[in-house]
Amino acid sequence: MNFWERMYLPAIIKGLGITFKHLFRKKATVRFPEEKRQFSPVFRGLHILNRDEEGRERCTACGLCAVACPAEAITMEAAERKPGEEHLYREEKYAARYEINMLRCIFCGFCEEACPKEAIYMTETFAPANYQRKGFIYGKDDLLIPDPKAKA
Amino acid sequence: MAEEKKLFKVTIDNISVEVEPGTTILNAARQIGGDIVPPAMCYYSKLQGSGGKCRTCLVKVSKGSEADPRPMPKLVASCRTTVMDGMEVANITSPEVIEARKGVVEFLLLNHPLDCPVCDQAGECHLQDLSYEHGVSATRYEFKRRTFDKIDLGDHIQLHMTRCILCYRCVFTADQLTEKREHGILGRGEHAEISTYIKESLDNDFIGNVIDVCPVGALTDKTFRFKNRVWFLKPVDAHRDCENPKCCGKTTVWLRGNEVFRVTARKDQYGEVEAFICDTCRFEKKEATDWVIEGPRKISRASVISQGHYVGTVQPKETIEKVLDGRKPKLLMDIHSVSQVNRPDIDLSQIDGPAHSDDFNKKGVQ
Repeated sequence: MNFWERMYLPAIIKGLGITFKHLFRKKATVRFPEEKRQFSPVFRGLHILNRDEEGRERCTACGLCAVACPAEAITMEAAERKPGEEHLYREEKYAARYEINMLRCIFCGFCEEACPKEAIYMTETFAPANYQRKGFIYGKDDLLIPDPKAKA
Repeated sequence: MAEEKKLFKVTIDNISVEVEPGTTILNAARQIGGDIVPPAMCYYSKLQGSGGKCRTCLVKVSKGSEADPRPMPKLVASCRTTVMDGMEVANITSPEVIEARKGVVEFLLLNHPLDCPVCDQAGECHLQDLSYEHGVSATRYEFKRRTFDKIDLGDHIQLHMTRCILCYRCVFTADQLTEKREHGILGRGEHAEISTYIKESLDNDFIGNVIDVCPVGALTDKTFRFKNRVWFLKPVDAHRDCENPKCCGKTTVWLRGNEVFRVTARKDQYGEVEAFICDTCRFEKKEATDWVIEGPRKISRASVISQGHYVGTVQPKETIEKVLDGRKPKLLMDIHSVSQVNRPDIDLSQIDGPAHSDDFNKKGVQ
């Protein structure tokens, strides 16, 4: 090492220069709660259960999402539609209970792919944080989208 | 004269086998086994006179026999054609057969509603397997499929005529197993349908077997209707001492936890029952204490029913109590306190028919 190299000063100044340069660069992060980054259209977020255009539940509890689920997060119980419930459920069989354990879910999207009835979709939102495990068991009242007819 | 019976030599897909005279090509193929066995939707080895209706077992006979080596002019139904000495048969080696079978599947599916997500037979349906293996993924049919209302045949059997492929197996079963046949086929051709006279209820000790022989979901068990999907249940071999002298009492019991959801006869690799069982075993005995469990039923690895059922696994021993000096680990959450599924106070398997909205709502939370 020669004298200049032994001084270390040029190296320190060079390093500080890089640090200062980054202060004026475009930031890699966003200030999350105020500013939200746009999701890609294929983002796999929180699930919803869809209704058809008449507001009837599409899910028929066929169990394909549950069998496709690698984390075994989905469980359901089926029931038969009674006469007079045709405006509620699309097919003669429906999911009386439908539950996703978000603690188990890995958001792989296999359920969405497996669904033959276009009933389950993954949206562009996160599962919100919670202080307790209880809050992560999502039942039908959490997943099902509101009836578009009831709102109008 | 103790003359030795002459065996016929028959070659199926270049594999030779010697069978007794009078054997059908299908049964000769089953003696060889493996991929070369033609699929059969209507033939049932336990039912006399079955077969020849669905045409899925079509094969090409490229050499009639040693004496008359001419090939048969058309594809023949292997369940009905008996072997000749020196016969040569092509099944999967013949592109003609594959093509014809594709057409047959398309015909069988013409009026089939394909409501597999709703149907209880899904997962163990022969038509599903057949169309998956041999069918095309789209239909060219442009007209309205024929539809029927669902019919109750007695207390325990549900008939979905829309799903029926008219294999006649259930008619043969009722004819040969029970004392009195009460159902048959009405109408002809396009209009043919399984029915009872004036919807007379089927009431016989062995009539439940029509559910097992049905290759599709046309006849289903009402005590199991919509309760669960077959691939979430665990099939185990079980038996009980049945009072009925004609019933063997040897069944497959479909469990979830300790709940008996469904009882069926034991089915072999061709989906045919090993022995018929009576209706008491099938419909009435839905308690785990009714049965002596022998062990898990062997299910083909290709079936969806075997998913998640691993063979030969060794469960690691639970060590946490040893580490904690015998104290139990603290349960952070009892799943039943939050979950609405599998609630201990609702025994789905004990409900008589399919569950309805009031079965879930009668006790507590919605």
